[in-house]
Amino acid sequence: MAETRVLLEFPVEGGNFPAAGEAASKVKKTLQKLGIDSDLTRRVSIATYEAEMNIVIHAEYGKITLQVDAEGIWVRAEDRGKGIPDIDQAMLEGFSTAPERIREMGFGAGMGLPNIKKCADQLEIKTKLNVGTTVDMGFYYPAKSKSEKRTT
Amino acid sequence: MKLSAVQKLLKAKILTGEELLDQIEVKMICGSDLISDVLTFTKAKSLLLTGLTIPQIIRTAEMIDLCGIVFVRGKTPGADVVSMAAERSLPLLVTDLPLYESCGLLYTAGIQGCSGLQNNNRG
Repeated sequence: MAETRVLLEFPVEGGNFPAAGEAASKVKKTLQKLGIDSDLTRRVSIATYEAEMNIVIHAEYGKITLQVDAEGIWVRAEDRGKGIPDIDQAMLEGFSTAPERIREMGFGAGMGLPNIKKCADQLEIKTKLNVGTTVDMGFYYPAKSKSEKRTT
Repeated sequence: MKLSAVQKLLKAKILTGEELLDQIEVKMICGSDLISDVLTFTKAKSLLLTGLTIPQIIRTAEMIDLCGIVFVRGKTPGADVVSMAAERSLPLLVTDLPLYESCGLLYTAGIQGCSGLQNNNRG
């Protein structure tokens, strides 16, 4: 991988709704300070926020890691939690295991992972039941299109 | 349409950002009470009409670059939410009108929705 310009880590606490979104907010501010394209910054921010909310809703704790290099922007959301029993099912729009109280807040519509897939140029999810989940997202600079994305 | 004109049309109360209303041009509007859908379907610089007053609505606005929020059905957020919006220079308005009527008034006045569907029946 190309030389890393920025590498930052932000902790995320499961169940802490008042703080939910702070990591994504810090990621966004970092990208703005670096002068990253605004549309790209928006895509990264939305995907990171969705991933952070998944940790807050479903996991015990986790962290968001932001890496920026000459190739693109890489965000990893990893958590310690119950994991995802069926990733294919979780990728379907409308499928959600979020409890009712989460839905009353306006979340849990089963759009999180599908929306991450829509925003990111590259997505890889690794999960182990009762251990946790790692979501790796890659975003390329505007000059590169999705068709040029690297394979994992 | 300027956000100040939106405020007058909806007879909305201003919670924060009064000084910005004449500067912000509202080109698109999204009406939703589901954050997941707002994150998925709303375009940048849109105005959001919603009944959700939780702090996450401000975080959501920050992530997707909303130009402001109008709370419908007279729903008024807490001081913490207003303060979060003020820190981010995000105007907040409250109208007593329900979501459907609020959207209808603004759509008729010529403001598009986020789907990009052309409005050919402007009043």
